[in-house]
Amino acid sequence: MTALLKVENLRIELTTRDGVAPVIDDLSFEMNAGETMSFVGESGCGKSMTALGIMGLLPEKVGRVASGTILFDGEDLTRVSDARMREIRGNDISMIFQEPMTSLNPVYTVGEQIAEVLRRHQGLGQRAAWEKAIALLDAVRIPNPRSRVADYPHQMSGGQRQRVMIAIALACEPKILIADEPTTALDVTVQAQIFDLLRDLGRETGTAIILITHDMGAVAEMAERMIVMYAGRKAEEGPVDQVINHPRHPYTKGLISCVPHLMANLSEERPELTEVGGIVPGLREFGRDACLFASRCDMVNDKCRNARPPEVAFKGNQASACWFAEKV
Amino acid sequence: MMNFITPLLQRTLYAVLLLIAVLVLNFSMMHLAPGDVADTISQSMGGADAETMDQIRRDYGLDQPFFIQLAKYVGNVLTFDLGYSFFYNQPVTTLIAEKLPATLLLVITSQLLALVVGVLLGVYSARNPNGIASHFVTFFALFGYAAPVFWTGILLLIAFSLKIPLFPVAGMSDVTISGGFFAKALDIARHMVLPVITLSSIFLALYSRLCRASMMEVLGSDYIRTAKAKGLSEREIVMKHALKNSLSPVVTLAGLQFSAVISGAVLVETVFSWPGLGTLALQSILARDTPTILGILFFSALVVIVGNLLTDLVLRLIDPRLRGKT
Repeated sequence: MTALLKVENLRIELTTRDGVAPVIDDLSFEMNAGETMSFVGESGCGKSMTALGIMGLLPEKVGRVASGTILFDGEDLTRVSDARMREIRGNDISMIFQEPMTSLNPVYTVGEQIAEVLRRHQGLGQRAAWEKAIALLDAVRIPNPRSRVADYPHQMSGGQRQRVMIAIALACEPKILIADEPTTALDVTVQAQIFDLLRDLGRETGTAIILITHDMGAVAEMAERMIVMYAGRKAEEGPVDQVINHPRHPYTKGLISCVPHLMANLSEERPELTEVGGIVPGLREFGRDACLFASRCDMVNDKCRNARPPEVAFKGNQASACWFAEKV
Repeated sequence: MMNFITPLLQRTLYAVLLLIAVLVLNFSMMHLAPGDVADTISQSMGGADAETMDQIRRDYGLDQPFFIQLAKYVGNVLTFDLGYSFFYNQPVTTLIAEKLPATLLLVITSQLLALVVGVLLGVYSARNPNGIASHFVTFFALFGYAAPVFWTGILLLIAFSLKIPLFPVAGMSDVTISGGFFAKALDIARHMVLPVITLSSIFLALYSRLCRASMMEVLGSDYIRTAKAKGLSEREIVMKHALKNSLSPVVTLAGLQFSAVISGAVLVETVFSWPGLGTLALQSILARDTPTILGILFFSALVVIVGNLLTDLVLRLIDPRLRGKT
């Protein structure tokens, strides 16, 4: 079976005041139909840039795909025309964003905003699209969809707005849904509901989900495979259980030990909460021939500072870009 | 629907109260100024002695206390009686009714032109912030805002009426033109071109500048990114999703500028001898024709207040978040 999405040696560059920085540096991964895959990492590690790169929505004039390919169903998205890309966006690949409060247009009803995408891609008429919008609101579990469909975004809560965003994204039953930190701005209880909804609907429609998050709990619950990103590069990749049980990269290990535990007292089950000291290097550092995690790593030696570590493969499709991957 | 209408009724009530306040203020200020109707009448008679003046004042109730005169005036105005102009020998209401359409035609056309062209220029330059059109808008905005209206008007007259005689020099219509409605309308349109361009130039500059700024802000917002992620075309994104959101500040400003348009119209009408309220205002001030001045002030206030009400209505139509709020 060929992969639904195959990203190869992707390099995305941002033009900043200090020059050109590779915010995504030589990224390769594959994704199968119906699979849920998670991207984790701190802010500024290139998770969202990867998503925007796939969507063809990199910031105009500032960001561009410098090299590499993004093969979707055999079609290279880095080479297709703008018109073809617009046909794919919202139809075959769709995306939901971090900020449900501001991601919907305040001057149109939620029904119109859902119906619009159906008219655009499915060729539905006004009436049929409106009816489908009601059905979709029902599917994302908004009560009284028939009366809520004519509501404006400001009449809804943050959780409801994110549900509307999900309805828009899944309206055309896309092959891939990219969810960029979909719950960061929401209450904890609402977060769980949104994740449940995403998982259930993803299964129903057979949509593959790319979940971008820094919530390790969500990753463990939602995803089958995960990619850990650091400073624009892939640090580690593998099946979620395997990576969480035995991380092969010091950064992954650090991220996992940052997850707070509910138990009140320290015990075997609940080790002391640690942090990954330091911060993600600035864009100026990106692209250097070195391990960019070196400044924060406790296993660091001269080799790490002078050469970029290659990817080391482990059994069970796990891989880690660390000079000491075997020892971690 | 209820939460759409109730605040509007409330607004209308406020507007009526405001109008009465304007009436009181106008009347009081005119009362403070030296000279009264008796002076106007005696002037037109070629002078009068003190006894005749007293007689005139008694006849027109000018000897009565200020508050009684004020109350009578407000009462009269509320029954649409604006008094009698002794200078023109006509009721003020008739006088204004004759001149108002010309001014409204000029003012509304200029505002619409300024709005439509301003928004189009603003949208265009927001999409190409470093293009020639964008620099042109910036330059034109500065020029249009800085140049006095009468100066722009005189320059246009010299250029397009004298040097290149494309348009008529003055007036609103050519009496020698006969023919049906269409021919007359065309004639008026020809006369309108220069005054409308003059009057709209300042506002065009303001609106295009503001629209450009608000459009650029809107184009960077999250819901525009959502629209892009839906696969909509550039045109749909700009004309449907961005434009409606970026119009609010422009419409608000247009409403606020309504009074400025009226005062601009006075200048433009004078330059182009446009037979409207502005010309009438100037003449009646020079003639110290108090009832006419008061009438014109009242109508200007009325136009501004109605303009503001309309602005409010349009804003509510554009932005659902304003509905149901007072």
